[in-house]
Amino acid sequence: MRNLTLFGILTTLLLSASVVIGAGVDLGQVQKQEVNLSAIMMFLLFVSGTLGITYWAAQRTKTAKDFYTAGGGITGFQNGLAIAGDYMSAASFLGISGLVYGSGYDGLIFSIGWLVGWPVILFMVAEQLRNLGKYTFADVASYRLGQTPIRSMAACGSLVTVLLYLIAQMVGAGQLIQLLFGLEYWIAVVLVGVLMILYVTFGGMLATTWVQIIKAILLLVGATFMAFMVLKEVGFSFEALFTKAVAIHKKHDAIMGPGGLVTDPLSAISLGLGLMFGTAGLPHILMRFFTVSDAKEARKSVFYATGFIGYFYILTFIIGFGAILLVSTNPAYFSDFVAGKLKGGGNMPAIHLAHAVGGDIFLGFISAVAFATILAVVSGLTLAGASAVSHDLYANVFRRGRVDEAQEMRVSKMATIALGILAIILGIQFEKQNVAFMVYLAFTVAASANFPVLFLSIYWSKLTTRGAFIGGFIGLITALGLVIVGPTVWEDTLGFAKGSAPFQYKFPAIFSMTAGFISIWFFSITDSSARAKEDIAGFEAQDIRCQTGIGADGAVDH
Amino acid sequence: MQPDMVSKVKQHPKYRELLAKRTVFSWILTFIMCAIYYGFILLVAFRKDVLKTPIADNSIITVGIPLGVLVILSAFILTGIYTWRANGTFDELTREIKKDVQ
Repeated sequence: MRNLTLFGILTTLLLSASVVIGAGVDLGQVQKQEVNLSAIMMFLLFVSGTLGITYWAAQRTKTAKDFYTAGGGITGFQNGLAIAGDYMSAASFLGISGLVYGSGYDGLIFSIGWLVGWPVILFMVAEQLRNLGKYTFADVASYRLGQTPIRSMAACGSLVTVLLYLIAQMVGAGQLIQLLFGLEYWIAVVLVGVLMILYVTFGGMLATTWVQIIKAILLLVGATFMAFMVLKEVGFSFEALFTKAVAIHKKHDAIMGPGGLVTDPLSAISLGLGLMFGTAGLPHILMRFFTVSDAKEARKSVFYATGFIGYFYILTFIIGFGAILLVSTNPAYFSDFVAGKLKGGGNMPAIHLAHAVGGDIFLGFISAVAFATILAVVSGLTLAGASAVSHDLYANVFRRGRVDEAQEMRVSKMATIALGILAIILGIQFEKQNVAFMVYLAFTVAASANFPVLFLSIYWSKLTTRGAFIGGFIGLITALGLVIVGPTVWEDTLGFAKGSAPFQYKFPAIFSMTAGFISIWFFSITDSSARAKEDIAGFEAQDIRCQTGIGADGAVDH
Repeated sequence: MQPDMVSKVKQHPKYRELLAKRTVFSWILTFIMCAIYYGFILLVAFRKDVLKTPIADNSIITVGIPLGVLVILSAFILTGIYTWRANGTFDELTREIKKDVQ
């Protein structure tokens, strides 16, 4: 039955793709049509390969543990690649190389911010999560606290983070695919949504992880090739690369140092805090630590992931400068060369560079990889959101833990489909909106609600249920509120006059994180309920399991 | 976890050693990472001129570029140091504690 369904869907996809190829002819531009064809061929190859993996994974996904954590049998190296895959989204590949292309050094500042959260995750939460949790980070946060309030709070934090991130990815996907493949926006969004639902409902975490690993390898190989070709162009001399770029770029030597990205110190620190601690609060990232067998593999995952991500960011820096040399000088890549308007907008330098260094075939490859990247990232996000619904809200809050596995898995699959449909609807709704701020908003919420609750539940013995519940929500609401009344949403999105935003900082993490931490502290120390005594008494046993893993071994088959 | 197990582990001398060593070690590494990163961010905010200085008289490459790459490398090296020590010393201590109490 499952076999048939998958086959049916694959056939539908192939059919719709042939319609698309047919439609491509209407564009009338011979070159563009060829480009579309190679991109679509490569993409179909990727989709059929990953659907094959999904079929394989579906055979092996029998229990809830298989579904949420791939049975806990992923190795540190594989998980490192998958984490890197989750993190190297199309937004960061195209966005950062685009930022380097436009402003040079500022792109490097941003990418460093994305990276430095990883060591902190390793030193503070990675193995602790592995030792205390089962499927979601709420398992850890609610380990010794009241299940109902803490899981509800953590599920809210997870779902808000996941939805914001999903909207940003879906809108990005629609626009990118529209441009690269010539598909209608809504078809692209539906395609992404349907494929993602397939991967997750049939293949669970096992399929999601392998889709992520394959995509991470493709992206790293593609980016390495581009950086290599750029360096070959300049005789493998950085001096020559930068000299030429400075001569060509309209900002000249300003691209060699920090520019207008961060203006005042408070914004700089706030941006850094949001990026650094937001990473440690992203549910789809935290969930990855449950897919490995023990603390040792959890640590190795972060080590490899940091290596891959760091290497990738160095590549995007070279790619951005390469695009200054090879893309900005070629009118063919511009819709308006004099005004400096790139075809497809400011996120496109890496895509055009792919064509400049590798022709149509390589452009097809990179386009397909960009699409694959979006698919893989949305799958991971949806799985994290679905587990918050099924494992936290349904099984532990609604049914108070009295639920059999089969039932819980059914709910998680229904939640996946519901989230997928919601993502498609939101993706279409937000088509014309500027969604760039949503990723940073997701990070801010993760840093201000999820991270404080998780961190204090692991380290602070006096944390109580009331403190975590109220404080977590205050962090969540402050983060959302301050972004909405801040300049990015108030002025740029809602269209109020410049300077009219009630809150004048673009990056509110420093305020919302403080609000979260202080209110958790305050509502914990003033809590003298019976529940609070239970919470505090439970710390000792939790800490011993957290430090040694005793008791956690049973959660994993070896 | 059984209450007697909790007190057994807690009183184990190796457990105290593990706790002391790992806590200090993770906080030191976290501090180093934050110092490097926020040091860099403060340079971006206050001393842009330092980052814009060429690395040599006849070079176009500014101090900021190798420094930025160094921050990236330091993140990788710090995770390597922690993983290496935790997978060795800390896991060895944990193994000994588990052997004794179980």
